Amino acid sequence: MSGPHTSTPGPRLKIPPFVTKLLPFVTGVGMIAVWYGICMSLSADQKFLLPSPGEVAHAFVEKGPALWTAAMMTGGGALIGFGLAVALSFLIALFLSLSPLVRASFYPYLMILQMTPIIVIAPILILWVGPGLKSVVIITFLICFFPMVVNTTQGLISTDRNLVDLFRMARATKWQEIRLLRVPSALPYFFTGLRIAATLAPIGAIVGDYIAGNSAGGQGGLGFLTIVYSSQFQMGALFATAAVGCALGFIFVAGVIALSWLSLHKWHDSFSQSDN
Amino acid sequence: MSQGAQAPIVELRDVGKRYGDGPLILEKVGFAAERGDFITLIGPSGCGKSTLLKLISGLNPISSGNIVVDGLPPRKAIEKLAFVFQEPTLLPWRTVARNVELPLTLHGMPAAERREIAKRSLALVGLADRMDYYPRQLSGGQKMRVSIARALSVSPRILLLDEPFGALDEMTRDHLNEELLAIRQQLAWTAFFVTHSVAEAVFLSNRILVLSANPGRLHSEVRVDLPYPRTEETRQSPAYQKLVGDVSKILRSVERMKA
Repeated sequence: MSGPHTSTPGPRLKIPPFVTKLLPFVTGVGMIAVWYGICMSLSADQKFLLPSPGEVAHAFVEKGPALWTAAMMTGGGALIGFGLAVALSFLIALFLSLSPLVRASFYPYLMILQMTPIIVIAPILILWVGPGLKSVVIITFLICFFPMVVNTTQGLISTDRNLVDLFRMARATKWQEIRLLRVPSALPYFFTGLRIAATLAPIGAIVGDYIAGNSAGGQGGLGFLTIVYSSQFQMGALFATAAVGCALGFIFVAGVIALSWLSLHKWHDSFSQSDN
Repeated sequence: MSQGAQAPIVELRDVGKRYGDGPLILEKVGFAAERGDFITLIGPSGCGKSTLLKLISGLNPISSGNIVVDGLPPRKAIEKLAFVFQEPTLLPWRTVARNVELPLTLHGMPAAERREIAKRSLALVGLADRMDYYPRQLSGGQKMRVSIARALSVSPRILLLDEPFGALDEMTRDHLNEELLAIRQQLAWTAFFVTHSVAEAVFLSNRILVLSANPGRLHSEVRVDLPYPRTEETRQSPAYQKLVGDVSKILRSVERMKA
């Protein structure tokens, strides 16, 4: 650290950058301490309501293998549903971007798809495709699909009017216009949709597993574990399950952020180097 | 077509324009441009000068009258034209070189060939060393230069410029004006230029067309007989300054008509 002779006098206290980096850990430790304090202050007959940090850590170790298998099941279902939603929403968005008439004709039905409660669709799905991975994938798909379609369509129709004129003057074909102009200029919108869908995908898979999962041995995901642990009042294990679901969400979002960085950082203003 | 005696490269006869059922934007506009003319369209806002450029470019259809571009209707002559927009309108995800190549890419020209043309175009606007930059790494003036290089890449016979330097500071604008004329010395296209700046109009053009508004009509024409090449010294000359004064006066009277 700098000695007193190098420090510059100034009205503001200079905070070294490593302190800023440490701050989240400090608050984290603080919150765990508060959590621990609340646990200690609970009376004996209330203790079961809130497991202590130690109990949750213990649950992690004890249920480790089960949590891992369930996380793989749920993560896999979320990834497949998410992937299908991305692919299909892109095609649908291309179709919707063709004309305002197409949008007017089909938008209301997309809204209906979005508004229909999943909890009601679940039993229908179970009847159609049976409980398990297929149902989980379809439910994840339904949850991720709408924000993707809306954002991508918006991106595809928000192309700069002058750029479209430029392409027309160069006698570009419709396909050239889509490939070289509309799709790349829609990318930032596409990634906004992708980020929303990425946070929804693991939640969708867990909810799907909860209401339409397969309870056969080794087939259950995090939703199934939630049912099991809650029916047995295993609070520590429930908290551990929640943490794993949260981690899944982080992994999905981190993946999307990495992907958008890879495709946008060279040219898009949101990754401008001059801001740093 | 008559040989020797050059037919006008662009001719407008009684051109009228309205969008849908909207008000008349342009009424009975007629003039002829000779090869090599640098024609500036100037007039109060709403006089339809930008619309006129779009009509010549074939981007928008005319409502009445007739436009002939090098013996063809505008839509058929589109390969002889290049348009420079008010904004640089670059594709932010393409490098400078790939932006300049864009029209050639769309025409299906092989990569090596179009890269060569892009290089030459960028050298003309003084950006040969910025080929691999992305647009966001350039200044406003540099972006506009790239936009002009892109227009030049198709070797146009006619260049349409819609207030290309309006957003730039005066120093940069003066500088780009000189560069534009220098490039024109080499490539000899016919130019149609829209601007709000009288000084710019006088500096660049050999003919200034003053339009009046509501609906847009051709009010008068001013010939600028200052010799090319024009430089900073041109701006100091009494002849130039007198012309700027004259055109400003006409423009003021047109503005009053509108009020």
